[in-house]
Amino acid sequence: MHNHIVIELFGYAMTPSERLDATFTALADPTRRAILARLAGGEASVLELTKPFAMSQPAISKHLKVLERAGLITRGRDAQRRPCRIEGKPLADVSGWLESYRQIWEANFQRLDALLEELQSPEKKISPRKGKRP
Amino acid sequence: MTKTLTVTTPSDREISLTRRFNAPRDLVFDALTKPALVKRWMLGNMGATMPVCEIDLRVGGAYRFVWRNPDGTEMAMNGIYREIARPGRLVNTQRFETVWLPGESVLTTTLVESDSKTTMTSTTLYDSIETRDKMLKSGMESGASASYDRLADVLAEERR
Repeated sequence: MHNHIVIELFGYAMTPSERLDATFTALADPTRRAILARLAGGEASVLELTKPFAMSQPAISKHLKVLERAGLITRGRDAQRRPCRIEGKPLADVSGWLESYRQIWEANFQRLDALLEELQSPEKKISPRKGKRP
Repeated sequence: MTKTLTVTTPSDREISLTRRFNAPRDLVFDALTKPALVKRWMLGNMGATMPVCEIDLRVGGAYRFVWRNPDGTEMAMNGIYREIARPGRLVNTQRFETVWLPGESVLTTTLVESDSKTTMTSTTLYDSIETRDKMLKSGMESGASASYDRLADVLAEERR
């Protein structure tokens, strides 16, 4: 219950734009992305999350606070472990954008691959460049 | 050679793409800056064509792209070249000529060559959080909705 209230105060009470800022800031850090990657495979305690990183537990806890504020993770109520869980909604908002961006550019780059291949093929000399490529 | 496209958000106003191409970088640079070549690949994933592709490749020179979708609707973008360091670096501004997508962004493209292959990194820096949010919203509306697993894959790449 307490945890839920904390999330409302620091997470969902933000405007959509503030929420996105918090999500982007949280995702901008490699350690936090690695923590999320670990949590994508299942919940974990702070101690379990500290193990793979060359970092102190307080340093990891600081990263977890940033992730929690962005609504990217929640902490369980178990006073001993307080396991961290990944949360889908803010990630889905940002990854939805990244995914459509990726699809557009993947389509572009596949055509660019074909074009670059054609430009380098000795039979079709349509290259606008003057020099011949080895 | 792996041609995996990597998409990252280096900061809260940036989105970055990294991709390898099986070609030397001066050829990739041509493909980014010669209208006859740009028109052939920078078409998105909706079956659009590019009836207008004008490029004045000088520092301070302008470019303008117009895309036409299969339904006849058009979308235009223009900007100014800020830095041209062939074949390694290109910096240009980007502005959509669309009322619902105001704001400007700066695109920095770097091309690094090794063994006749090129790694291209393109980073877009939005001028404000508002511009980023509008782009984000338009992307979410036009694109396929997010697969959370997909992001997990992206994040999983970080683990190595």
